[in-house]
This record gives sequence, structure tokens and C-alpha cells, in this order.
Amino acid sequence: MTAALSSLKKPKTREEAILSRSNARWLNRLAQGLFALFALFVLYILIKGFIASPAVFLQQVLNGLQLGFIYALIALGYTMVYGIVRLINFAHGDVFMVGAFTSLYTISILDLHRWPLRIWPGIPETLGTLIGVVTVILVSMVTSGFLAVTIERFAYRPLRSRPRIAALITAIGVSFFLEYFGALPFVFTNNYITYPRSFDIVVYRAGTISNLALGGMWGLFGAALLAQAVLIALSRKGNLTAQAWKDHPLVRFGLLFGGFMAAVLTLTNLHVEMNGKLWDLTASNIMLVIMGSSIVLQVVLHYIVRQTRLGKAMRAAAYDKPASRLMGINVDSVITATFALGGGLAGAAGVLYATAFKQVYYLMGIIPGLKAFVAAVIGGIGSIPGAFLGALIMGQAEVLSAGYISTPMRDAVSFSLLILVLLVWPQGIFGEPPGEKV
Amino acid sequence: MAILKVFKRIRKPNLYFTLVALAIYIIVQVLLSAGLLNDFWRGILFWGAAITMVSLGLNLIYGFNGQFSLGQYGFYAIGAYAAADITYRWVNSDASGVVVGFLGSLLVLLFFMGIGAFLKRFYGLLPLTKFMAYLVATFAGYFIAVKFLAPALGPTLMQLLGGPYPGAVGRQIVFLMALLGGATIAGITSYLFGIPVLELGSDYFGIATLGFTIIVKVLLDNTDTLLPFPEMKGARGMVGIPAWTTWTWVFITLMAVIVIMRNLLHSSYGRAIVSVREDERAATLVGIDVASAKIMAFVLGSVFAGLAGGIRAHDVAFLHPNTFNFIQSFNPLIIVVFGGLGSMTGTIFTGFLWIFVLEGLLRLILPPGFETWRFVVYPLMLLLMMLLRPEGLFGSYEVPFLRRLLPPIPARKSSLEGQSEEVA
Amino acid sequence: MTILPRPTMSPEVEARPVILEITDLTHFFGNLRAVYNFSMQLKQGELVGLIGPNGAGKTTVFNLITGVYHASEGSIKYRGVELVGLPSHEIIQMGIARTFQNIRLFSNLTVLDNVRIAYHPHVGYGIPHALWHGPYYHKREDEVTALAQEYLDIFGLLERQNDRAGSLPYGLQRRLEIARALATRPQLLILDEPAAGMNPQEIDELMELIHFIRERFNLTILLVEHRMRLVMNICEWLTVMDFGQIISRGLPEEVRNDPKVIEAYLGRQSALLK
Repeated sequence: MTAALSSLKKPKTREEAILSRSNARWLNRLAQGLFALFALFVLYILIKGFIASPAVFLQQVLNGLQLGFIYALIALGYTMVYGIVRLINFAHGDVFMVGAFTSLYTISILDLHRWPLRIWPGIPETLGTLIGVVTVILVSMVTSGFLAVTIERFAYRPLRSRPRIAALITAIGVSFFLEYFGALPFVFTNNYITYPRSFDIVVYRAGTISNLALGGMWGLFGAALLAQAVLIALSRKGNLTAQAWKDHPLVRFGLLFGGFMAAVLTLTNLHVEMNGKLWDLTASNIMLVIMGSSIVLQVVLHYIVRQTRLGKAMRAAAYDKPASRLMGINVDSVITATFALGGGLAGAAGVLYATAFKQVYYLMGIIPGLKAFVAAVIGGIGSIPGAFLGALIMGQAEVLSAGYISTPMRDAVSFSLLILVLLVWPQGIFGEPPGEKV
Repeated sequence: MAILKVFKRIRKPNLYFTLVALAIYIIVQVLLSAGLLNDFWRGILFWGAAITMVSLGLNLIYGFNGQFSLGQYGFYAIGAYAAADITYRWVNSDASGVVVGFLGSLLVLLFFMGIGAFLKRFYGLLPLTKFMAYLVATFAGYFIAVKFLAPALGPTLMQLLGGPYPGAVGRQIVFLMALLGGATIAGITSYLFGIPVLELGSDYFGIATLGFTIIVKVLLDNTDTLLPFPEMKGARGMVGIPAWTTWTWVFITLMAVIVIMRNLLHSSYGRAIVSVREDERAATLVGIDVASAKIMAFVLGSVFAGLAGGIRAHDVAFLHPNTFNFIQSFNPLIIVVFGGLGSMTGTIFTGFLWIFVLEGLLRLILPPGFETWRFVVYPLMLLLMMLLRPEGLFGSYEVPFLRRLLPPIPARKSSLEGQSEEVA
Repeated sequence: MTILPRPTMSPEVEARPVILEITDLTHFFGNLRAVYNFSMQLKQGELVGLIGPNGAGKTTVFNLITGVYHASEGSIKYRGVELVGLPSHEIIQMGIARTFQNIRLFSNLTVLDNVRIAYHPHVGYGIPHALWHGPYYHKREDEVTALAQEYLDIFGLLERQNDRAGSLPYGLQRRLEIARALATRPQLLILDEPAAGMNPQEIDELMELIHFIRERFNLTILLVEHRMRLVMNICEWLTVMDFGQIISRGLPEEVRNDPKVIEAYLGRQSALLK
């Protein structure tokens, strides 16, 4: 420091200028300290909010979970496509929108969510609706997946040899086109349409949750945890069957599904009075459906990516495209499959989002799409578990900032989070910094 | 004898350009004064100039420097609202806008230079550290301006320049300070934003700038609730802005932008900026400080957008956050891509054409339902352009004034003969 | 621990100062060890080769020297100054220049501009002058242009000064790249496979060129190549790498007959021995 100040006369050559410098270590520490103070301040606000009213805080957390699970489905599409073709698929949010609108039509015009009840009138209502809802989601997934594949085939593939920027601009163009074509009066119109839910909302609170359900979830989680622990221990010892099974989707499903459901249901089941404040949290069946569907879809995706030949090909192509081609992998098909999977997940997300927020309109895909992209970046773009984690974080950030700062600021906070992450941690949580061959 | 040297330097293209520009100025001024150009077309002309300035800024950042930015409208908005606020306060007998917005910004710039000189003496600086340092300088500068300069200098300044409704001279001075203040605030914001964000690859940078535009829009919607600017009236729109934009001002600012951009691009800094677009890694390995070149282009491009915002705000005399919706922020991108990345001439031509045709002619000719179809046609046009002629209408063509100088080849004897010219 | 120290050359060479001192350089890409315990000592004015089969890590060493990668372990000292940790552009400004395996010119700039870029760190005028184009700006621009034209003249590129760099034939592009590297006024020049894509006659011309620039510009040259014709005839001594490590070092004749070197090449790419 003193060296820096004492050498205030202008150094003679570039070399002298470069060499007479001091290490910025203490300055960096200072900046990191300031930043830590800022982070502590944010934490302080949250803790203050929690203490003031724990129930409200936890309720926000629950709502954030619901949002996060939806974002996860969208984020996965972004992260997979970017991992393979290094393209930010701007049109992904609009594929999400199309999925939502598809379900609008299948529900309101075709009554698709009730088809089992029409065909087999004796079937119990819940089961019938469940099958119906699953069908609606699947139809939207297929439509969206198909749309995504078409976009890839006609808009992105011709530009593969061109500089990346051309594809990015094209993606923006496709996004606009989908939105404004959708806004035309004979398509989706530019109105905000009320969405007819495919099942009625039921709110759960303390007392309405059956102990069987609660116990079952904890049991599932516990069993999965135990199984996972045993499998890890055995595979460390070299047991081959254990090594094959420890990533098995059933175990994963048990962990995630059981874990999250158990946590949510337990929180909702609490009915405590503390210091005169009532802990009364609610969860709707919509939230449970969203969580459940998202988890199921993610586990299925995980299975595909990790255990199938297609998944292996996808991972290889994401790692090194030319080498994969040389290994006999049809990279074009793999890319198509990636877009199809990502699009399908976005379609499902569209249905869930519409069900949760009861509204669809032609621009509904932009903001959630961008937020999901931010989520993918936070988690490390190209990383699938990263997309999930990043989405959960984004959900929490959005809901908590809406609650404790103000509702309009939540979008600003979400995007500031992007800049913040890029400032402090550019590769994301699970990401690696991109390398370049010189 | 330095004067003679200056005259030797006046080349033909410069002369032609100056004469043509003067001619345009005089013609339009006459048309306006004589009332031959009605209000609608005058508005179109001014709007075209504003969009062209924003697009030139984007061309500098993207066409010449290769950084894909979607943030121009964010800076356009900042420049517009800042300049509008300064003049709004002035005509309501409050000089604090000028003091904080203009003098305060100059103070912040001074602090920036000091911080810059200080930071140069260190190596191993993290982007976080640089960001924090400049952020602190910004807060310090504006704090001093608000707390000390405004009460001290405000009333004096107000009196000096002729009160809230100053005469012709006073008005131009206040307007100039407002414009420069708005542009500087946009520049400071872009510098702070650029420090962490320019390190990222092209794609991330694009998304980050898009996020920036969205954040700005959200803030604009809440200027009266979350931010302490009740006169901006948030999402209801700001009114009461004095309509001080004249053709002379539009002409001067547009010319200034064109000349500054051209001069920068012809200089060594311009070569450095373009080399970053050509091959960033190779530029680093020839000794170019890539980060510095990127931020130079980014900040200057944003300043142009801020200036354009100030001009536009005082023409329409009304500002609404929806004008700066991020969907609109793709307009400059379409203009630049259409006109030709890396061609200033193309941008200028396409910018004016865009507004003249799409807002002017078509609005008069086509039926109202056309509005919704517009946004379907724009992206199709963009897509077709990308597929068929990605270099745009003008490619890299420039009018002679804007064209890069090709120095004459001196007659020399070569030490090495020009051997083996054929490809191996 | 320095494996295989530099061979002892003539007393006159030994008396010169050390310009580049690499000690125990090791670099990992994730879990992949690309370079391991690489050491080298270059004296000023030498012309030294770094050879080895493809993938041996030679270009990685260059990238480490020029700061493209931040070395995981070890030290690189240039004229006594530690380079590890410095950003690339500063390393170049300190006097190290390099060319690339695949030519990386600024294709859309003119030939002259490619060389003028090298002067940017020393251009002498700041942004105000750049925006204003006053007399000082013109003076400096003229000086820089004249200097760049001298370089172009030396390399026979002057007639094509205003052509787009990308339009040049391959051989001239190579020369332009070298001219641009030299315009940064280095003391150490690193050539990365300069003979790529050349036929034997062109390689002979390249050898003359390299000798010429060493004399004319008083350079130390470190060269990576796997075309033996160039290496054997021009380098004063060689270092051989394989799998990231040094396997041999010495005068060209010694190295050529070293069984370890023969095995490394025959076992990998025997066709390259020319």
C-alpha cells in the first residue's frame, strides 16, 4: 500500500507500471467484507420477518416451493439445450405458453380431464380425475415437445454452421413470432383468459391431513434414505449390484417425493400457538400436484439421462460433439431428442402454472421463461441438478422479496439475483467455467 | 502556423459531409419555420433521430465490438427520465435537479477517475472489488451533491440563469445540462453494470442486459412508491416536462454522436474495439486489454442511448414506462441487423427509414388492425434477413466521411522478396 | 527438482542472461494432468525447440507462459519477473509474443491495421484525443503508421497494406501474423507450429525468415514444431515432451537418437519423422 502511494510519480515504461504494483489482496478482502455485510443485512431482514411472524414466513416458503418446482421444469429445458448446442433458447418460454394454452383447449373444449369418468362411470372420482389430469398434462407435453422439435428443425438447424449470434437472434425472432402470432384474434387472442382448473382446489390445513398420508410420506422418505445409505455403503465396499442400484430412479423418487411431501404435509399439519401467534399453514392440493408432477418428471428425466442409451448419447454430445459423431452417435437425433424432452417439460410446466395461477395469456411465457433461465445459470448452466436447485432458489427469492420488500420489486430482485450470481459466482453452483482451446 | 496544418488536414469527404449536413439543417429548419412540415412529421423526424442514436450506440457495442447487448432501452429510459426530471424540477423552481443530476454526475466522474488511478496500482483485483469501489464512489458523489451542493448552489444557479422560466440563452444552458446529466447518469450506470457483466461470454451478457432492461422498467413503474421521485408518477407516466427539444438540438446531438463514434472507430481505440470482435483471444495475445475495450464501447453506446432519451423526452413532453418495455428494446437490434452490423451508414439509413415507414407512412395508409400484425411481420423479416443476407442491407459499406482511412502505400524497397504467394 | 537441465552450450552463450526460467510447472485441467514438472531455462538470443508427439502438452506450456491458463503449480519467470497470475495482455506488454498454430488474424481488418493494433498499448494518446482528432492525434497516428509500414516492408507485405487480411493467401497470412507479433516489440518470441501446412521449399524459406528475424530484432525464440526438417536444422537445442513431461533434452543429434524419443514418436505417429 505504501509502495503504491509513494510511487506517485508516473512510471516510465509499461513494464515499470506493471511491476510496481501491489497485491490487491487486502482490497479484495475489504470488498468481500462489504458484500458480506450486505448479505448479512438481507439475512437480517429475513430473520426479522421470520421472528415477527413465523407462520407467514413459512407460508411464503411453501409458496416459493410451488413456484420453484414449476420453474425447475422450464429451467431443465434451457440447461439441457444449452449444454448440447450452446444456445439460449429464447423461444422456450413460449413453448411453455403453448403448453398452457393447449391444456386450456383440451379442458374447456374436449373435457379431456374427465374422460375416464365418461368411459367408466363406476370409477372413483379421484382416480378418474387423476388419470384425466395426467392425460391433459401428457397431451400438452407432446404438443410442446413437437413444437420445440419443429422450431429446432426449421429455425435453428439451418444456422448451425453460422456464428452463434445468428442462432440467438433467430431464437429471439421465433419467440416474438410465437407471441404475436398467438396474439392474433383467431389464435390465442391478446386477452387474459381465465383458466378452468381441471380439478377443484382443496386447501389443507392442520387437522385435514390424514395421519396415514403423513405417516406414509415419512415412511417413504425414511425407507428411501435407508436404502440410499445402505447402497452407498455397499458400493463403497465394491459391491457391483449396489453401485448399479444406488442411482436408481425409485430410490431417487422416494427421497425427493417422500422428503418434500413429508416436509410440506408436516408443516401444514402444525397447529401450534407460540407467544400468542398461531402457526397455521396451508397447502393446496394444487401445490401437492405441482410438487408431485415435477418430481416425477424430473426423476423420469434423470433416469433417461443416466440410465438409457439416449441419455448417454446426450451426455456425450454435450461434452464433445465432434468426438460423439466419430463414435457413431447421430448428433442430430440427439439434439432433436433434447429439444423434445425440454419442450415436453416446459409444456407440463405450462399446465401446472395455469392451474396454479388460473390465467393464461399470450405473453405469459416471457417472465417465467427468463426467470427459469436465471435459475439455470444460478445452478450452473448445463447441469441438471443445478437447474433444479437454482429453480428452488429463484422461487424462494421471488416469493420472499414479494413478501418482505414489495410485490412489484420481485421481478427486479429476480434479475438482480442473476447479476449478483454472475458477479460473485459466474459458473453457478454445479457448473464449470467454460474452457477454450487455444 | 498550426492553423495551416489544420487546413491541410481537411479532406474532401469531410468537406462534403459538412456541406451536406449544413444543407440538410438549413432545409429542414426552413421547412419547419415556414410551417410546411407539420407536427406529425416533425415528431417522426425527431423520433427517427432518437432511435438512430440509440441504434448507433447498439451498433458500436454489438456491430463493432461484438458484444450482444439488449440493454439499450434501459439506458434510453434512464437518460430520458433523468433529463426530464432535471428540467421538470427547474421549471418548478427547483434547481436541485441540475445540481445533483449534472454537477453531481461530474463529481462522480471525478471520483471515478481518482478510483481508476488508485486501482491501477494493484494487480489481482476481483471484479467484485472494482464494482464495490466504483459503487462507493457513486454513492459518495451523489450524497455530497444532494446533501451539500444542492442547498448551497441551487438558489444561486436558479437566479443566475434566469429563474424557472429562463430566457432563450438560459433555457439552452439548462437544457444542455439536463441532456448531459441524463447521458452521464446513463453512462455511470452502464459502467457499474458493465464491470461484472462484461467478463461473461456473449450469450450471458445478452441475458444480463435484458435483465437490466427489465429491472429498469420495474423501477420506472415504481418511481413514486419505491423510489423517492413522486413527480415521475410511476406507472401513470410523467407529465409536465418542458418541450425544449428543437430541430437545432436534435441536429447537434445527432451530429455529435455520429462524429464522436466515427472518430473513436478510426482511432487506435477503435481498432482495439474491432479486434475484440474479430478474435478476442488473439487480441489479448497482442497486448490489448480486452476488458477495457469492451467497457469503453459499452459505456459510450449507453451514453448515446441516454442522450437520445433526453432528446425524446423533451419532444414528446410525456414519459411512460411502457415505452421502455423490453419488447420495444428489440427495435434497435432489428434496425442494426437490417442496416448492417458494422456499418454506421446502414444504421442511420435504417433507423430513419424504420420510423418514417413503420410509424409514419404505414400508420397513415394501413387500417388500424395492422397494429397486431406488425409484431408478427417484424420477426419474420428479421428471420428472413438472418437466413438470406446476414450482413444486412449495407453490409460494411460506409459513406466516405465515415469510412476508415486507407493510408497511401509508400514506395519502398523490400528486404524480403514476395515469394511463394500461392497457397501451399 | 529440475529434471534434465539445459545442455551446456558455448561459453559465450552461457555468459548471457537468463531470459525465461520455468520451474516445476504443473497444470491440471480438472483431474487431467496436462503438464507435470516442466522446467526450462532459456538464455537470451537462443533459438530453442520444444517437440513431442501430438497431445504431449507443448501448446499447453505456451498457453501457460502467455497467461491463457493460470498455472496450477510452479513458476515462470521472465527476466526475473513472475508471470504466473498476470493477465495475458500484460504478459505480452512485458515483451513476450506468440503466434498460433491455426492463424488468428483479424480477418476483417486491413493488413496494416493488424500490425497497427500491436502498437495500441504504446499509442500515446488518450481518449480525448481519439475523439477530437487534433494535431497530436494525427502526429501519433502518422508515426504509428510509419512504424507499421516498416514492418510490412520487411516482410514484403507493403503492397497489400490496405487489403483485407482475410483475403491474403495462406503463406502471406503466416508472414503477417509473425509481423504482427514482432510489432509488439518482444524480446521472447514463441512460435507455435509455424511450418503447419508448408511444403519443404516453404520450410526452407521459413528457416531463413526465422534466422533473419532473430538477428534483426535481437530475439530469443522458442519454437514448437513437429516437422523434424525445421527443428533439426534450426534449433540450437531441443526439449522433448510426451504426456506432459520432459522425456529428453539436448542437442538435435543427441535427441534424435535417444531411444525414448524414438519410442515416443514411433509408438504414436511415426509418419511425422521427416
